[in-house]
Amino acid sequence: MKYYYLLAVLPFIAILGGVAFVNKVEPYVLGIPFFLFWIILWSVLCSIIMLIIYRLDPLNREGEEE
Amino acid sequence: MNIALAIITLFLIISIVLGLLAKRGKDMSMEQWAIGGRGFGGLFVFILLAGETYSVFTLLGTSGLAFNNGAAAFYILAFTVLGTITSYWILPPIWKYAKENNIVSQSQFFSTKYKSKGLGIFVAIVGVLALIPYITILFKSMGILVAATSYGAISSTVAIWVGMIALLVYVMVSGIHGSAWTSTVKDVLIFFVIIFLGVYLPIHYHGSIGGLFQAVNEIKPHALTLPEKGLSVPWFVSTVAISSFAYFMWPHVAPTVFASKNAKAFRFNAVILPVYALMVLFVYLVGFTAVVELPGLKNGDFALLELSMKTFDPWFVGIIGATGLLATLVPGSMMLMSAATMITTNVIEPLKPNLSEKNKAISAKGFVVLLSIACAFFSMSGSDTLATLYLTSFSLITQMAPSLYLSLRKNNGITKYGAGFGMFVGVAIVIYVTFTKTTMASLFPSLPSAIQDLNIGVIALFTNIIVMFIVSFFTKKSNSVA
Repeated sequence: MKYYYLLAVLPFIAILGGVAFVNKVEPYVLGIPFFLFWIILWSVLCSIIMLIIYRLDPLNREGEEE
Repeated sequence: MNIALAIITLFLIISIVLGLLAKRGKDMSMEQWAIGGRGFGGLFVFILLAGETYSVFTLLGTSGLAFNNGAAAFYILAFTVLGTITSYWILPPIWKYAKENNIVSQSQFFSTKYKSKGLGIFVAIVGVLALIPYITILFKSMGILVAATSYGAISSTVAIWVGMIALLVYVMVSGIHGSAWTSTVKDVLIFFVIIFLGVYLPIHYHGSIGGLFQAVNEIKPHALTLPEKGLSVPWFVSTVAISSFAYFMWPHVAPTVFASKNAKAFRFNAVILPVYALMVLFVYLVGFTAVVELPGLKNGDFALLELSMKTFDPWFVGIIGATGLLATLVPGSMMLMSAATMITTNVIEPLKPNLSEKNKAISAKGFVVLLSIACAFFSMSGSDTLATLYLTSFSLITQMAPSLYLSLRKNNGITKYGAGFGMFVGVAIVIYVTFTKTTMASLFPSLPSAIQDLNIGVIALFTNIIVMFIVSFFTKKSNSVA
């Protein structure tokens, strides 16, 4: 079991579990209402998390073909 | 004919000509084209997978949903992001199994994995059923597109027929391999049109994106959050959950997956796609600008076009309309052809094994026409918005997810009967609910609204999973006894 795979659960918790708490207009972040900002934030974080997993995962090492 | 309509017609003619040129000198077998010899590199797989995400629904349906229902539209960004996470783990084993067993279609994957021709046939039928609302969206969009850009001169019924014929001509001429050119032009156009509209319109009308949201909040105070009832938080969570699991279940996406050269490409895709999904943000901005600028608009699906017509010269409306046209033709031809070939090779052929190549082609083309006519009628008869149809499509396709996911495990405890019966029950519930317009609220009037607001696809999915496990448990037992 690769424990860093568990990082991928975070966006699910943040988006599915977080909606009830972030369903509000204020505070605006960069002019964007908070609910929308939260989803945008997690889209970016999701890419970062997947990049970390991608880098750590030995399956993606150079030359290694499945 | 006005300039906008003339430009759209010009693009239609160009794409048909490009299709004709693409067909000449290319006598590839269906399989060869479909999966390109499994030689596609990472970037190409990304372009194809990302491109399939953006159809005319992105332009009209998403802005329409933002216009009609505000924050509910954010579910599209949310499920795309979560859906791509699943791809890191599910696509590599699917690809690997398909490569080892020379699989070229989704229903073949099921029939091989579960060693059941019957299940393969059933999966093909479910795939086609799920594509019907999606193709209906495309026809409806075509109707909206032509009706709006003709500035009312052409009615939407006539426009749907015209659009259907245009799509049929395109499919017949370019065949399943389509024209790589048309699809590239579409991807480039849609990228720039979406970003331009999403940046220009808010700034033009409100000075900044922040200014736009302030204005929306004043006019429709509840548009930027989910309401207490209806499209509420439970609706959002349940819809995002089922849609993200359905994301890679589409039959017309499967060939792209099989086309990859290696499994690494999918894992890398999972890194880029969430950020790429942010493109839809710009479409929300268009929908919200329309909330402020077009207060009298009844049908949100017209929002993007009406707002463009109000803001730009007809020639630019023509470019936007042409983008919509290409975003209909490219995915439309993919869907129609994959549905028709699925029926022919996975349903008709197993039942009638000695079909000649020529008859197969005739049968596939016949189904393209039949499906088109059926979807054209659906798109005229229903009053559903594009977004409602999109949800129905996803509720259907998600029913394939449980038995597919579990089949990727080393020891799959699910039998072919479990997979089949589970899917059947799930699909039956979705179809029943769609045609009778049943909601959770009408089924269970006494339950709290948090449960009533759940996406009915979730109920279908749960029933599906339960039936799948129970039937698998019993069919397995009888096997070991016998």
